[in-house]
Amino acid sequence: MCDTCGCNVTPGNEHLVAAGGHLAHTSTGSEAVEVLKGLLDANDHQAVHNRVHFDKHKVFAVNLMSSPGAGKTSLLEATIDALGSDLRIAVVEGDLETENDANRIREKGVTAIQISTGSACHLDAHMVHSALHDLDLDAFDIVFIENVGNLVCPASFDLGQHCSIALLSTPEGHDKPAKYPVMFRAAELVLITKADLLEVLGDFDPAEAESYLRQIANPAPVFNVSAKTGAGLESWLDWVRRGVAERQ
Amino acid sequence: MHELAVCQALIGQVAEVAREQRAISVTDIYVSVGPLSGVEGPLMQNAFPIAAAGTVAGEAKLHLQETAIRICCEECGEESEAKMNRLVCEHCGHWRTRVVSGDELMLQRVVLDGAGAGGQAHV
Repeated sequence: MCDTCGCNVTPGNEHLVAAGGHLAHTSTGSEAVEVLKGLLDANDHQAVHNRVHFDKHKVFAVNLMSSPGAGKTSLLEATIDALGSDLRIAVVEGDLETENDANRIREKGVTAIQISTGSACHLDAHMVHSALHDLDLDAFDIVFIENVGNLVCPASFDLGQHCSIALLSTPEGHDKPAKYPVMFRAAELVLITKADLLEVLGDFDPAEAESYLRQIANPAPVFNVSAKTGAGLESWLDWVRRGVAERQ
Repeated sequence: MHELAVCQALIGQVAEVAREQRAISVTDIYVSVGPLSGVEGPLMQNAFPIAAAGTVAGEAKLHLQETAIRICCEECGEESEAKMNRLVCEHCGHWRTRVVSGDELMLQRVVLDGAGAGGQAHV
């Protein structure tokens, strides 16, 4: 896209729109127009706007994605318990229905904005933008966006976050990155959650999960964490602290 | 699942082009879609008539052109074809690669009927 005026005419496609280019009138009198525009352009444009908004207020924005029940809300509860006194945290909750997750966060004394998507299977940048109207960003250091539980659709929509995290819970199996490559390719950090179940399950190999992640060319770090026992949480909490510090 | 949302975004863009060109209707829409875009072609074809109904593209045919996945190795610099869940360099076997194509989701071209005065298209 052109940096000057935001149009989509670039030196690379200029010839298509110039006279004599692909604007040719066909023999039937119809007209072919080259567009060369990303289908999610409107979403991506809004996402850039959201990111600028976060940056302006020095807020670290993190998008949490996983299948339903992988432990996103439990991870947030444990994170609030550990960091709530040091960092000013807000949560944007995306769910098809109910305020259950938002209420769990509010019980910890943390601001939570619920986005009920109805039948929509993902959050998009416009929904997040609307939610941000209810947040005074100057009052926060970090905003967690808990996406709709779904390993497919959320991967296609930039929300304006600084980092995307994929949670992979141990009962799901270690080959999820191979089965859902689009989602796991989008992750800048992968958390293997419910790590306390590793011993009980016996068939989830974290090294295998990491190997599948590398096979989709993703260099993201992988941490094993248990929100229930607190095991492994320190690496995650350090990652959060670093992300916040980088934006101050 | 999210293909309906994608089709609605597509229709928004197509309608804008049609408006700019003062076209009566849209007959064909060409979209290139890579396997790594997260959008499934057949689902998009199913969702398209729902999103297009009652719009200037209500009678349009959606042509999906699926692109192949190609990667460039950051170790040896060679390009190769790859599979969705195996983006590993086929020359040196390294996994540090960059996707060159196969993740696009792009409106390439629309064919309009009864476009206005013609002239230059603003895209």
